[in-house]
Amino acid sequence: MNNTILEVKDLVCGYRTFFLKDISFKVKTGEFFGIIGPNGSGKTTLLRAITRVLKPKKEEIYFEGKNIWQMRLKELAKKIAVVSQNPGISFVTVEDFVLLGRIPHYKKFQFLETKEDLEIAKRCMALTDILKIQDQPVGEISGGERQLALIARALCQEPKLLLLDEPTTHLDITHQTKILDLIKKLNKEFKLTVIMVLHDLNLASEYCNRLLLMSEGRVYKIGSPQEVLTYQVIEEVYKTVVVVDKSPLSSRPYIFVVTEEERQKRGEKRKI
Amino acid sequence: MNKKVIQWIIWVLVFCGILLGISIFSLCIGSSGIPFKKIISLIIEGKGTTEYSIIFDLRLPRIILGFAVGGALSLAGVVLQGMFRNPLVEPYTLGISGGAALGVCLNIVLKMNRIGGVLSIPASGFLGAIVVILIVYSLSTRKGLLKIQGLLLTGVMISFISSSLIMLIMALSRTEDLHSIVFWIMGSLEESSWLLIKVALLVSIFGLIISYLFCFELNAFSLGEEEAQHLGVNIEKTKRLLFILASVLTGCSVSVAGIIGFVGLVVPHFVRMFVGADHRILLICSFLSGATFLIFCDTLARIIISPLELPVGVITGILGGSLFVYALTKRGVVL
Repeated sequence: MNNTILEVKDLVCGYRTFFLKDISFKVKTGEFFGIIGPNGSGKTTLLRAITRVLKPKKEEIYFEGKNIWQMRLKELAKKIAVVSQNPGISFVTVEDFVLLGRIPHYKKFQFLETKEDLEIAKRCMALTDILKIQDQPVGEISGGERQLALIARALCQEPKLLLLDEPTTHLDITHQTKILDLIKKLNKEFKLTVIMVLHDLNLASEYCNRLLLMSEGRVYKIGSPQEVLTYQVIEEVYKTVVVVDKSPLSSRPYIFVVTEEERQKRGEKRKI
Repeated sequence: MNKKVIQWIIWVLVFCGILLGISIFSLCIGSSGIPFKKIISLIIEGKGTTEYSIIFDLRLPRIILGFAVGGALSLAGVVLQGMFRNPLVEPYTLGISGGAALGVCLNIVLKMNRIGGVLSIPASGFLGAIVVILIVYSLSTRKGLLKIQGLLLTGVMISFISSSLIMLIMALSRTEDLHSIVFWIMGSLEESSWLLIKVALLVSIFGLIISYLFCFELNAFSLGEEEAQHLGVNIEKTKRLLFILASVLTGCSVSVAGIIGFVGLVVPHFVRMFVGADHRILLICSFLSGATFLIFCDTLARIIISPLELPVGVITGILGGSLFVYALTKRGVVL
């Protein structure tokens, strides 16, 4: 029980037209936990509930046994950091942008960063390999670098749990692996628990210890990539024909898409 | 001390220097020019002379009021632009000035200033501002959440409604009332009551101190509300407090000095171009340069067709607007 860092109990929350229903799961300390599901299945909504942006019907989300709705926002920001999908970009330098992550740690009436804050920011920028662009304005760096800067800012909060919302969307394969390798490294070396929403099922399969598959606002399945990513499950949830094989290197599931042409050629009769 | 802080200190000193320079210039110049050397000797031994009273009873109060009102308006502009993440917001967009002007119009037409005395005009302006703030605030709050975009739209609409009502009042009022209304609406730093000047000064300095306590929150807001919350900012509480702060600053300024446009819109942009978007330096420098800008415009208003005087709101509009357009075309600034 002490091992659980985050517990979501019977979560019901959402907007006027879309609701998450009865979501329950636990994430263990040090886990690399993936949330997958089709567009509109509620992945981002779930993340927003965990970060207290959306108020659920029943406030039962526990971080290290404490209800997050009874924690102070500043305390929460020292424990949970978020890398969101469409972040606002201000016109400051990369270093100042990363330093924004120290905000929850500032004391009352403290207006300047301490030496320690600056060192932590330096370390986070070194980890994410953006020290060389620290003086450039955030608005002028590339998409991949921006994502790294966002991760550096989140790390600057010194969180125990890192939440990421599709951190690899719109990035090329170099940056995708660079970012996910970095997160994996943080997860392993610094025992940082990671919860990540991912669209790419193959990346999810390669990197995550466990996966939560969502469908229409509910949890469809939770388990290891081998348990979740079977062709039956994917075809049912995503309404798409796929072939699932094993990666020759990691022997984790690997998903191949099947084009309509291919399906017709092979006389595929299954109606999805 | 790191490089950034040293840079900030230099900026503050530069802006203070300019403020001081412009203030001294404004003390010396006018329909009767008084050289700077003479001012010093006047302070020591000039009591009772005409020049002494020109400087200390006419020009100094205007400079102090210009400092207070210019600083307050510019500060309100920075706070609102930071909070709304919208470069076009200024104190008057929220309808506060419209409310204040309506209050004053009603006061003049209903002849309440005859009963209430000199202070009744600013008081009614402030009352009008407060009423509008309450209306805008309650209309844009849903389920306890302050909707920023709603706030903006409601503010603009209230602004339109009040200016139409003012026109209605003007159309129905008599010539002498019309003159007082027009004079008040155009804005002026001429204020005979020292009490009001002191109040305006206190309010603007307190405004600076309070807004400075929120500098990190404002920095976090530049990333968007949700991101700010991820950084531990209580966004609802912060929005509410900052909105009230900006409203009080604007309400106070408008009720003492009338409608002086463009200071809250232009000055923060200019300062941002020089010192950057970090609110820790932006707040102080905007306050100082807003004060400088208004004192400068008021000096121009006094001397252009001296001994007659132009309304200072006209000068701030023409000067601020053209400077701003120039800067936009020159530097291709990203707002």
